[in-house]
Amino acid sequence: MIGTLKGMLTTARWLLKRPVTAHYPEQHLPVQERYMGFPALLMDDTADEPFCTGCMVCVRECPTQCMSAQMHDNPKFADGTSHRRKIINEFEINLNRCILCGICVDVCAFDAIEMSYEHELASYARTGSRADLTLLLDLGRRYVDMSGWNPENPEKNVAEVALAKRAAAAAAKAASAGDAAAADEPSEEEE
Amino acid sequence: MTTEQAYDTVDMMLNMGPQHPATHGVFRMVLTVDGERVVDVTPHIGYLHRGSEKLAENESYGQVITLFDRLDYVSNLNNELIFCRAAERLMGIDPPERGQYIRVVLAELNRLASHLLFIGTYAIDLGAMTPIMYGFRERERIQNMFESVTGARMMHNFIRIGGVKEDVPPDFVPRVRALADDVERGVEEVDRLLTFNEVFLARTRGIGVIDVPTALSCGLTGPGLRASGVAYDVRKDYPYEVYPYLSYKVPVGENGDCWDRYYMRVLECYESLSMVRQCLDQMEEGPVMAQMRRIARPPKGEVYVHGENPRGDIGVFLVSDGTDKPYRVKVRPPSFCNLVALRPMMRDAYIADAVAILGSLDIVLGEVDR
Ligand code: SF4
Ligand code: SF4
Repeated sequence: MIGTLKGMLTTARWLLKRPVTAHYPEQHLPVQERYMGFPALLMDDTADEPFCTGCMVCVRECPTQCMSAQMHDNPKFADGTSHRRKIINEFEINLNRCILCGICVDVCAFDAIEMSYEHELASYARTGSRADLTLLLDLGRRYVDMSGWNPENPEKNVAEVALAKRAAAAAAKAASAGDAAAADEPSEEEE
Repeated sequence: MTTEQAYDTVDMMLNMGPQHPATHGVFRMVLTVDGERVVDVTPHIGYLHRGSEKLAENESYGQVITLFDRLDYVSNLNNELIFCRAAERLMGIDPPERGQYIRVVLAELNRLASHLLFIGTYAIDLGAMTPIMYGFRERERIQNMFESVTGARMMHNFIRIGGVKEDVPPDFVPRVRALADDVERGVEEVDRLLTFNEVFLARTRGIGVIDVPTALSCGLTGPGLRASGVAYDVRKDYPYEVYPYLSYKVPVGENGDCWDRYYMRVLECYESLSMVRQCLDQMEEGPVMAQMRRIARPPKGEVYVHGENPRGDIGVFLVSDGTDKPYRVKVRPPSFCNLVALRPMMRDAYIADAVAILGSLDIVLGEVDR
């Protein structure tokens, strides 16, 4: 009897306090900074193209095999406006199968894919969760806006920086023409 | 003579589950009852079988961690830890100290979250609707913390072979301290509310008693075994990670009944909190990941590693053939082995207590069926 009363008292004490639950559809709780939502592709604004070169590493490493990618020769590489020899042509992630493990982000060496904050992508059609390149880049843009993301390795992956570095290296090479010490800059893309 | 025959009684088969809410998943029991008494019970498992062990043979070591997340889906980090330890043992890697402390803090927080879930659902099994609210409130806090550290609330893929994925955020220590204080208050509240409540005592005291020899021969481990009075805890008996540097007690029960099994978990909550605090005090700056190649490729060999999960003694038997994929991964899931003790516990119990007994074992079907 006393135990029951005690229990009632504890419960009663909470009657007047603020509720601790958030009423979901009306109220959205903010996600944490490291939150891993669906993967999204990022855009290299300096060359107006995705970071992704279609190297297929993430496609191979994904534990659920939910991605597919296709690459082609980058026309901008010929123009000299990008340092990426190959560029992604099509990219699809089946978000129904994605388990949000983040392995694709870990293995990507081109800063091309990130786990976005997106988690409300339910749709009415079974095919509705197949995210194509446009959608993935949209998600990526939204993620960059929300998180202030910066590429981890700009020297290698941001077109402007990489091209400038390459130009500087070439200039230095030309300046010390014939100098043996110039072979210090290995070509970084082996695609 | 004829009258006697007319009143002859037969045992009745009673099916419970697999869609029964009190089975915490999809678990089916076939009870043989004699009136109000349970004569025998046959558990039927396999409804959640996903073939994790077989799948693991086709995945690289890094990918297998995601499968372990999904075994015992309420204590994911403990599962990740055990697989990573097995692979590390095989490769002869010792993760750096800070990495180990982070692992232990997260594993203990996960144990708390798991026990809080147990306390809440156990109370609801017995008809008390309130404690689950308190349990989930605290569990939510812990999962929020996980989200800020690992990026996910449940399927983390954070503990990696050789350490952890990345260092904790800079405000980790003060945040976990505050969290520990909050959760401690929460646990105390549930404890006050439920533990010595008369109705709860009447439903659990002396129910589903299991003695030490039976418990041992059934392979019962974890809080279930400690409730019977055996102080067996893998963290103490076969220390791993940084557990030897921490001081903590192993709560031991007396009667081995449902109440003891429940109360062991409440006491363990307090011990886990104290362990988390000690880890925060002892943690030093440093690397969190051992130096190793990005793709794990353990040498040929086999290893058995076990550790203490919230539900008991989890073991992993890992065979490597020298490639980047395991040759065989065998899991000894504590829930599955604890389920063996269901029959001796249930024998001669009332039907009404069947739910109380099953609940006190705290099985997770993801782990039982794999
Ligand atoms: S690993 Fe990176 S660059 Fe390669 S295909 Fe995947 S996202 Fe694109
Ligand atoms: S998060 Fe994991 S499952 Fe999802 S696409 Fe990336 S690797 Fe595949």
